[in-house]
Amino acid sequence: MINKKVANVREALHDLEDNMTIMLGGFGLCGIPENSIAELVSKNVKGLTCISNNAGVDDFGLGLLLQKHQIKKMISSYVGENAEFERQMLSGELEVELTPQGTLAEKCRAAQVGIPAFYTPAGYGTEVAEGKEVRVFNGKPHILENAFDADFAIVKAWKGDEAGNLIFKGTARNFNACMAGAARITIAEVEELVPAGELDPNQIHIPGIFVKRIFQGEKYEKRIEQKTVRQKN
Amino acid sequence: MLDKIGIAKRIAKELQDGFYVNLGIGIPTLVANYVPEGMNVEFQSENGVLGMGPFPFEGEEDADLINAGKQTITTLPGASFFDSATSFGMIRGKHVDLTILGAMEISENGDIANWKIPQKMVKGMGGAMDLVASAENIIVAMMHVNKKGESKILKKCTLPLTGVNCVKKVVTELAVMEITPRGIKLLERAPGVTVEQIVKATEAELIIEGNIPEMVIN
Repeated sequence: MINKKVANVREALHDLEDNMTIMLGGFGLCGIPENSIAELVSKNVKGLTCISNNAGVDDFGLGLLLQKHQIKKMISSYVGENAEFERQMLSGELEVELTPQGTLAEKCRAAQVGIPAFYTPAGYGTEVAEGKEVRVFNGKPHILENAFDADFAIVKAWKGDEAGNLIFKGTARNFNACMAGAARITIAEVEELVPAGELDPNQIHIPGIFVKRIFQGEKYEKRIEQKTVRQKN
Repeated sequence: MLDKIGIAKRIAKELQDGFYVNLGIGIPTLVANYVPEGMNVEFQSENGVLGMGPFPFEGEEDADLINAGKQTITTLPGASFFDSATSFGMIRGKHVDLTILGAMEISENGDIANWKIPQKMVKGMGGAMDLVASAENIIVAMMHVNKKGESKILKKCTLPLTGVNCVKKVVTELAVMEITPRGIKLLERAPGVTVEQIVKATEAELIIEGNIPEMVIN
């Protein structure tokens, strides 16, 4: 067994530096690497390019990095929940590359599995296609999209073992499973880290080969963005 | 004239047994409440769940279980979870039978704009561009006119596009329309609405053939 375990978040992120490109898993606030984001805030790394489907809310998730102006550029599909984000974008302080969500996921997956680029119909005929190669397959136009090239991928899973194997829960799998192994260094933070052999190999979602370092997060707030309930009758 | 619930009810009549359906945020989400009795459809949410159920009871919500609108949800028997790349694989691979989404504008040739108002509102396209580029069957739920009374059914969209030549059907508070290769065809009128009212509220040219029936909504 190749042991991927590191003592804590500080050790996991020790070589993450200013001006790097980092992928962060999660959809909205669901499945975000909370402990790593807190460490990025306290490390105060600057000039980051962040690849993440969303940008958090004003006071949680990537919103915490935005508040401190640590992010130079965001690559996302939807950023509607964050007023500070919108302010920084409209004032030009923050560079933003909006990417269709399926294309964003596939650019991660392509980087994960060694595919340099791919054609997709998403965005054809829109401003997303500007400057991109168009090619017709089966009578339908597609645009060429490149795989991401990132320094770090930071993902969050429910359970993991020392070999770096990961299991996700519910819809928290989202971009986490696509980003694992999609950057030069992948860091996984998990709610529960167990010794190798305790997880059933049949149940592993992401094999440990895609993970470089793993640690158990100190605590998880797991904030709910929109609590929606129905009444018992 | 229909309210938002009326639009959702009318769209629910387009569901068919065995359909996998992706619902957008807003009016489309309401469609899930009006699935006809005895019909089996499964709702896909692009953040990674098939077999989405109703909202949870108070105290039973789970932070790891949300829909694409970030609302807490439940799952039904037979549900499954998957990652975002697999989710859009289902969409691009045409495994999802029907996509229902909202729009700010649509045009005669089936173009749709729903993600950006330059200098004003830039929230992003989310999964909309992938959905409209791939789905075979797209129904748009929208209001016919904006708050100033101006038509949102246009000869040509003025806002940045989400997709071209893709919308098949539109349901508004006034009418049901089909996008055909010849243009927008008026299919049904909302209860109490005349053809003249619909024509007046529509900037695009409407194809009107024969008697236009009033919608039947339960």
